[in-house]
Amino acid sequence: MTTELQDPRIVEYDVRTDEMLVNMGPQHPSTHGVLRLLLRTDGEIVNEVTPHLGYLHRCAEKIGENLTTPQWIPYTDRMDYLAGMNMNLGLALTVEKLLKIELPEKAQVLRVLIAELGRIASHLVGMGAYGLDLGSFSPFLWAFREREIILDLFEEVCGARLTYSYITPGGVTHDLPVEIHLPPGLASLTGQPADTTVSWTEALLQFLNWLEPRIEEYHTLLTRNQIFIKRTAGLGILSPEMAKSYGCTGPVLRGSGIDWDLRRDGEQIYTKMYEGYEFEIPVAPFDAAPPEAVCGDNWCRFYVRMMEVVQSIGLVRQAIGKYATAEGEYRETFKMATKLPVDECYLETECPRGQMGFYLVGDGSSEPFRARAKSSCFCNLAVTGPLSQGFLLADIPAVVGSLDVVMGEIDR
Amino acid sequence: MTNASDIHDALAETLDNEAITGSNFEATDPWIEVAPGSIVAACEFLRDDPGLLFDHLNNLCGVDYLQPDPKKAKTFEHKPHVEVVYHLSSFVLKHRITLKVCLPRWADDVEGDIPACPSVSGVWAAADWHEREAYDLVGIRFTAHPNLRRILCPEDWDGHPLRKDYEFPLEYHGIRGQ
Repeated sequence: MTTELQDPRIVEYDVRTDEMLVNMGPQHPSTHGVLRLLLRTDGEIVNEVTPHLGYLHRCAEKIGENLTTPQWIPYTDRMDYLAGMNMNLGLALTVEKLLKIELPEKAQVLRVLIAELGRIASHLVGMGAYGLDLGSFSPFLWAFREREIILDLFEEVCGARLTYSYITPGGVTHDLPVEIHLPPGLASLTGQPADTTVSWTEALLQFLNWLEPRIEEYHTLLTRNQIFIKRTAGLGILSPEMAKSYGCTGPVLRGSGIDWDLRRDGEQIYTKMYEGYEFEIPVAPFDAAPPEAVCGDNWCRFYVRMMEVVQSIGLVRQAIGKYATAEGEYRETFKMATKLPVDECYLETECPRGQMGFYLVGDGSSEPFRARAKSSCFCNLAVTGPLSQGFLLADIPAVVGSLDVVMGEIDR
Repeated sequence: MTNASDIHDALAETLDNEAITGSNFEATDPWIEVAPGSIVAACEFLRDDPGLLFDHLNNLCGVDYLQPDPKKAKTFEHKPHVEVVYHLSSFVLKHRITLKVCLPRWADDVEGDIPACPSVSGVWAAADWHEREAYDLVGIRFTAHPNLRRILCPEDWDGHPLRKDYEFPLEYHGIRGQ
């Protein structure tokens, strides 16, 4: 039996394929760690996305109930392992809020300096890895070249490159080193002899001077790249209402056009650190956006991160200036077994990926009765399902990558 | 900015007489305790009232108030119970409040029967995953939740690890513990 078709093009739309369940992950590089997305696909179209998490669950909250708060700091490093400094800061501030400790100026300046440098390092990875998700390899290598220098500088400060435990309740563990060897990466990039010795702040300034003009190069590589725009602009649009309802924070929230940053709008103990600093909070929509971009799409979320790097560079510069004249010590004495009062407190800080919250309940002993870490990526990841319905399979990494999730923080 | 006692008064005006079971405005984070049956109405009111506009659920977690250590139990002030803690804030009005719901540790005092609390996932979508986590780790059944499955632990895991009397399993699928 033959069938006559009036329009042969109809065939393409009329061919029904069987629905198929596809596991994406947990060992897929573009899921940014051990995340498994269960996709219900109809051909190339994805009808449903169900994230499965927990592969990296290390019982951080249960462990926290059996440790004193300074002892719990190293575990926060391992939550968002790309921004360990910012995680340390979140817990340290929560403990200080619970104990009502005031820090000397120098400790606060050091914290701003280090946390903003951590934000640059983290956003560089976010940017590079996002390029990698979309098939462009060079930005990834460039971003890691820059990050390497920041890690070298962190290593000079606290001895660790990834799991710092540098910001602890009471301040920071060490003051900045006076004289260091120029990080090898920076020496070769700026054409200086490898054995040059400079002060730590001077090395950092040299790095910032080198990094700042490079931002424009990233824009040419990615932001204004026509292929990149085609893959990101107008895709994965997260409406402000949805962003609020799902509890999205950080660049994801600001990419949807909500002007909210805890460094300005947070609790007094946190905003006090940033008093006297000048910085802007990049919020979508942007003037520089390509015509295809819509407020809340993948491109906007990516661009918020890029603009935050510029702001953080400015903040680090200001902090270097303040550090020279800051008064007081870099830390207050804080005993390892400091008893927590019978009280409870919750504090969120602005980490590179969003608002990381810590909730501590004290019962008069030195270990918290309940230690809770609320992850920002946990909420940001929850939008993946509704956001990528009806997309092509190839666009799923573009959506998940734009949320910039770190599984270590989600699973804790 | 509205302070906690004003929020308390606004809530008391709208809800039933017995809806608000306690409050503490002197704590570091002031909190209001709401009866389990009124939590959804309270959350909807806090989200929609033009003077409050709590549009952001920062955090939702469970706490198991039981002190198994006999030494510490002498000074422990709380009766054994389970709490659900809601941290809310408003993007527009920039204020914050903490809500609490107190539940028995076990439903009807039958050990192993986890207590129930109405789900607020219809008020804020963020509560969906947070309630799954609280169910998984603390053992609270959120009624009317669209998809109450474990989220961090494997689906066939036994018990709720953040319960204070949780016993670590000796074996899981042939993997020895301890």
